Amino acid sequence: MLDTELRTMIDEVKDGRMDRRGFIQRMLAVGLTAPMATQLLAIGGVAMAEGPSVYKPTKRGGGGALKLLWWQGPTLLNPHFATGTKDQDGSRLFYEPLACWDPDGNMKLVLAAEIPSLQNGGLSADGMSVIWKLKPGVKWHDGKPFTADDVVFNWEYARDPATATVTIGVHRDITVEKVDDLTVRIKFKKPTPFWADAFVGAPGSIIPKHLFADYKGAKSREAPNNLSPVGTGPYKFVEFKPGDVIRGEINPDYHMPNRPHFDTIEMKGGGDAVSAARAVIQTGEYDFGWNIQVEDDVLLRLEKGGKGKTVYAVGGDTEFIALNFTDPNTEVDGERSSMKTKHPLLSDPAVRKALSMLVDREAVKKVIYGRAGRVTPNFLNGPEKFVSKNTTWEFSIEKASKLLDEAGWKPGADGIREKDGKKLKLLYQTAINGPRQKTQAIVKQACQKAGIDVELKSVVASVFFSSDVANPDTYAKFYADLEMFQIPMSQPDPAQHMRRYHSRNVATKENKWQGVNFPRWVNKDYDAAIDGAEAETDLVKRAALYIKANDIMMQDIVFIPVMHRLKVEACANTLRPVVSGWANETDNLFDWYREATG
Amino acid sequence: MSQYVLRRLLIAVPSLLGISLVLYIVLALAPGDPFSELATNPNVPPEVGAALRAKFGLDDPIYLRYLRWLAAMVQGDWGFSFVSRMNVDTLILQRLPTTLYVIGSAQILALLIAIPVGVFAATRPYSIFDQIANTFAFIGFSLPTFFTGLLFILVFSITLDWLPFVYSSDIKATGIRWLFEQIRQAIMPVMVLGLFQAASMTRFVRSAMLDVIRLDYVTTARAKGLGQPRVIVKHAMRNAMIPVVTLVALQMPAVFGGAIVTEQIFRIPGIGSLLISSILSNDTPVVMAVTFVFACLVVLFNLIADILYGWLDPRISFR
Repeated sequence: MLDTELRTMIDEVKDGRMDRRGFIQRMLAVGLTAPMATQLLAIGGVAMAEGPSVYKPTKRGGGGALKLLWWQGPTLLNPHFATGTKDQDGSRLFYEPLACWDPDGNMKLVLAAEIPSLQNGGLSADGMSVIWKLKPGVKWHDGKPFTADDVVFNWEYARDPATATVTIGVHRDITVEKVDDLTVRIKFKKPTPFWADAFVGAPGSIIPKHLFADYKGAKSREAPNNLSPVGTGPYKFVEFKPGDVIRGEINPDYHMPNRPHFDTIEMKGGGDAVSAARAVIQTGEYDFGWNIQVEDDVLLRLEKGGKGKTVYAVGGDTEFIALNFTDPNTEVDGERSSMKTKHPLLSDPAVRKALSMLVDREAVKKVIYGRAGRVTPNFLNGPEKFVSKNTTWEFSIEKASKLLDEAGWKPGADGIREKDGKKLKLLYQTAINGPRQKTQAIVKQACQKAGIDVELKSVVASVFFSSDVANPDTYAKFYADLEMFQIPMSQPDPAQHMRRYHSRNVATKENKWQGVNFPRWVNKDYDAAIDGAEAETDLVKRAALYIKANDIMMQDIVFIPVMHRLKVEACANTLRPVVSGWANETDNLFDWYREATG
Repeated sequence: MSQYVLRRLLIAVPSLLGISLVLYIVLALAPGDPFSELATNPNVPPEVGAALRAKFGLDDPIYLRYLRWLAAMVQGDWGFSFVSRMNVDTLILQRLPTTLYVIGSAQILALLIAIPVGVFAATRPYSIFDQIANTFAFIGFSLPTFFTGLLFILVFSITLDWLPFVYSSDIKATGIRWLFEQIRQAIMPVMVLGLFQAASMTRFVRSAMLDVIRLDYVTTARAKGLGQPRVIVKHAMRNAMIPVVTLVALQMPAVFGGAIVTEQIFRIPGIGSLLISSILSNDTPVVMAVTFVFACLVVLFNLIADILYGWLDPRISFR
């Protein structure tokens, strides 16, 4: 029903009977708006709108110096080697992708001339290819023209295993070909509803062929330009000291009118989040501080009478507690948490249900995350179009206790519930990080009241998130009953995020725990929903399938969503940054400006 | 003399080999993975991490990796950073000037305070000056640098707004202004480190001086009718400086090694902050190079201290 209604509406937009804004508002009403909604229009035959621009300055330059503070400084400046987001942020100052994501998840053109759509022939109806038209007249910082050859080269460079790029995953399953000097065609192996993965956003930044062509493959690390980027971006490279500072100056030939606003740019690294917040909000030494994950109390105190404020960007990052479906305490063939076992306690749905009622999300928000968090009943929290409206959550120690009573878990002499001689004792692990330890304490307290004994464990983040096969404390091995962290969602599409929990991706000793389904949860309906969604080119049906997948997950209680986390940045009062929850902080840097004071 | 130096240098070789072996094994056994950040990025398939590990030889047995590292080190190749994908020596050389400037100034400040104060206090033991100097020395070395650092920031940057607390490695100014800015931003870290060092060094100078000043030959010098300044500087101080020289010489490697905590607080891009960020990101080649170079410097400065003894006290001979 929703389907036909939508089709009619898309037709109305096409004929001009309904305006775009009206359409988006209607979509909002049925819970289907934001980033993918515009892509929906695109595939429905209407071109995807470019996100509105709020850029005010009417001339290039004159904005003085822009001072950015990244408390983890970028350590390299080649987007194809960017191990972490900090490196992508740094490379993005100089290199540019074809398009990027604005704060609402709309696509914004950078090096592309137009957004591919069915109407302009950019998209194929079968979802098997995309044609990108490039902006004419764009020049690299050294004066050479930017052409389709550069785009094709990036694909060849990244997909070569010998180059050892981190972007290989995006590029190895596609084919990129040059149509003419300003047109490239990307071909997919199977229908791909989300076609904006390669060459979009900071990880899709494009490096110049003429400087890297000799350094493809095993020689990649010898390229002198790995450390001195020559890009197309608004700022030209001046200086780079890994982990310390990046400096740039205005690019007078930048391809966007009146941009950039600032004459020089500096990105300083090092230190910690709290003092970064202080340097931006309280003393005003810097204009912008990245990723200020500091307790809200502290930020509020700094903001009082300060020179800056905090800004928030909504993305899809969810802090969750994962439940182990296998037994971490029984070893089978030298492997704990083996697929051949079943968790003795958590395999009982009543226990899982009770646990989900014992996480006081409201308290976690109030005490810990403050303005940087939203309470949610879902694992998948964005883009809006994919967010389920069918789920609810509640916190009730009484109901949880009752549920456990009914399931036969009776309190023993020590107050801890037991059934068939099995005590309700759980090991709950997470990475070391202030808010996480506090959340652990809140959950533990509630569990205790309900007669569940929870033992807390904290692992250093560098170990917890490592893929070290020899270490028992990694999140992938999951040698605990519960574990809490978040997996960042790096693009406005749920495909990668949800694919992880397909049963074929279970982490085992056999695949050296590189499988990404760490709760080791197997559900046929979920597998079917994901398989269906990945082949579905009808975007409305596709969204419905992802919503269904989320609901199955929540019904089975594989995850207990703790908090939908927002990006927190510190920013000088006069600075007007554009920060998207769906992209790197520097992805929209060309639109940043400073409001004249006075 | 030259024979002695040669022998000492030869002895240093096996000890450095031992140090490097221990360092390498400890680092290899330590948990963590330089490509751990990839594991949580859903964009990156897990095979990428595995391929990178293979490319950088992380999956080889430890002894092979050690021998490879040693062979490279002997040829002057300090290794290749996993995280920055550049040569470790460039990375270290980039950081060295800042560390030398900040930590070196702090050491000089410490000496400039410690020697006069310590000597003066020793010449008038238990006087008011001595009492005050002692009290401050105790306070000084009881307060850790991370505390005084934050205190300084709160007072001088936030309340008074006099000094910046983010250190900038190259200032965009020339001439006198550059010099002024360079000094201004270094004041707080140099003070924090210098006062901490000065406190313990003052105590040390004072007690060394007290030991010497009571000796007969000092009394003899006074009996000869020499003036107080001459007795103190020429006769007493020269002997009292021998243990102080040891202390200072052993501090010298630290000038190159940086101060981890202080550098982190003030965002000084020195060797210390390089070391800590490399440890946190499991960038073993950098950690290995920094610690090993540090070990070499300790051995070297020990030797220099021993040679300096001979110059300060000709009775000490080298055999």
